[in-house]
Amino acid sequence: MKLCRAFLPALLLVAGLLLAGCQHDEPLPLRLTNISGHMPDLDFKLTDDLGKPVTGADYRGKVALLYFGYTHCPDVCPLTLAQLHVVMQRLGPLADGARILFVSVDPARDTPAIMHAYVNAFDPRAVGLTGEARAIEALSKRYRSAFSREPGSADGNYEVSHSSAIYVFDRDGRARVLATPSASQDDLVHDLHLLLDTGTHR
Amino acid sequence: MKSTMLSLLLAGLLLAGGAHATAAEHVHASHAWIRVLPGDLPAGAYVTLQNDGDLPAALSGASSTIYADVMLHQSSTAGGMSRMAMVDAVTVPAHGKAVLAPAGYHLMLMQPSVPVKPGDTIQLTLKFTDGSTLATDFIARPANAMDAGEGHAMPPMEHAAMPHTNGH
Repeated sequence: MKLCRAFLPALLLVAGLLLAGCQHDEPLPLRLTNISGHMPDLDFKLTDDLGKPVTGADYRGKVALLYFGYTHCPDVCPLTLAQLHVVMQRLGPLADGARILFVSVDPARDTPAIMHAYVNAFDPRAVGLTGEARAIEALSKRYRSAFSREPGSADGNYEVSHSSAIYVFDRDGRARVLATPSASQDDLVHDLHLLLDTGTHR
Repeated sequence: MKSTMLSLLLAGLLLAGGAHATAAEHVHASHAWIRVLPGDLPAGAYVTLQNDGDLPAALSGASSTIYADVMLHQSSTAGGMSRMAMVDAVTVPAHGKAVLAPAGYHLMLMQPSVPVKPGDTIQLTLKFTDGSTLATDFIARPANAMDAGEGHAMPPMEHAAMPHTNGH
C-alpha cells in the first residue's frame, strides 16, 4: 500500500497532463468554417461499399470527410471527389489517417457494389456508404443538410439535388470544419494537416 | 425560357446571315474530354468552343454512336445545394468562346453501347441551333482527372481540333 501512496501523486500528475493535452484549451487555428461544438459527433447506421453494416464509431481514429452525393451524378460529385483525391495526394502518407465518406442520397440506385466501383475510381481512401432511405435522411438532417429527388424523365432517369458541403470530423468523431465547394484547396489541406497532426487521439 | 428565346433569336440571326455562315464553320473545339465513370453510369463531357465568326453561335446538344443519349446540362450551386438542369443552348459569342467545364455546362452522356476506357478517343457530333454540326474527338479521362490533361500527356487528337487559339 505504501507503493500506492508513493505512486498516487505521480499518477495524478500524469492524468492531469493527459487531460490538459486532450482538452485543447487553445483552439486549433483552422482556416475553414469552424463548426466545432456546433454540429453533433459523427454518427450513423449505414452499409459500406463492401456490404458491411457500419456506424460512425467504426471511423473513430480517422479524420473523416463526409460528403453527400450519388453515382448517377456525372458532373459535380465526380469533380468534388476528384478534388478530394488531389487533397489526399497532397497530404502524402498522412492521408492514410483520413477517410472520405461518400454517402449516397440515391439509395434506390446506389447498391454497395456500384458504390464500391465508383469510390475506388477516385481514391483508395474513399468509402461509399448507402443504406435505408430513412437512415440516410437521418444522417443528412443531423448535419442540417438536405437532398431532394427531382422529377424524372420518361426513361425513368432522374437527378437528385443535394448539399454541396464537405463536413470534416476529427479522429474522435467531433465535427470540426465545413468546406463549401468554393473553399480553397490550400485551406482544406491546411486544416486536415492540423487535424491529422494534433494529439486528438482516442 | 430566356435561353429558348435567345436560341430562337440566334437561329433567326444565323438564318438571316445566309447559307455561307453556319455556326460549325466558325467554331473550333479544344480541350474536349470525357470523365469516365465505372460501369454504365452517365459521364460528363467538356469542351471549349471558340467562335471566329462575326455572328454568335449556339450549341444545342450533341449525338454519338457510342452513347444512346446525350443531354446538354448545367450544374449550379446555390444556397449550399448542388443542382443539375437541362439547358436548350449555350451561346458562343462572336469572336468569343464558351467553356463547358466541370461544375458548369456539360454534356451528359448516357448508356454507352460499349465500355469506354480512359485513353479512348470518342467522337461526338456537336449540334448547333442553326442545324450545322461539328464532329469533335473527345479524349476519355479517368474519373479522378481534373481536366483534359494536356499538361501531362498530349492526346494526339487534340492537335487537329485546336489549330487556332488566337492568343486567348
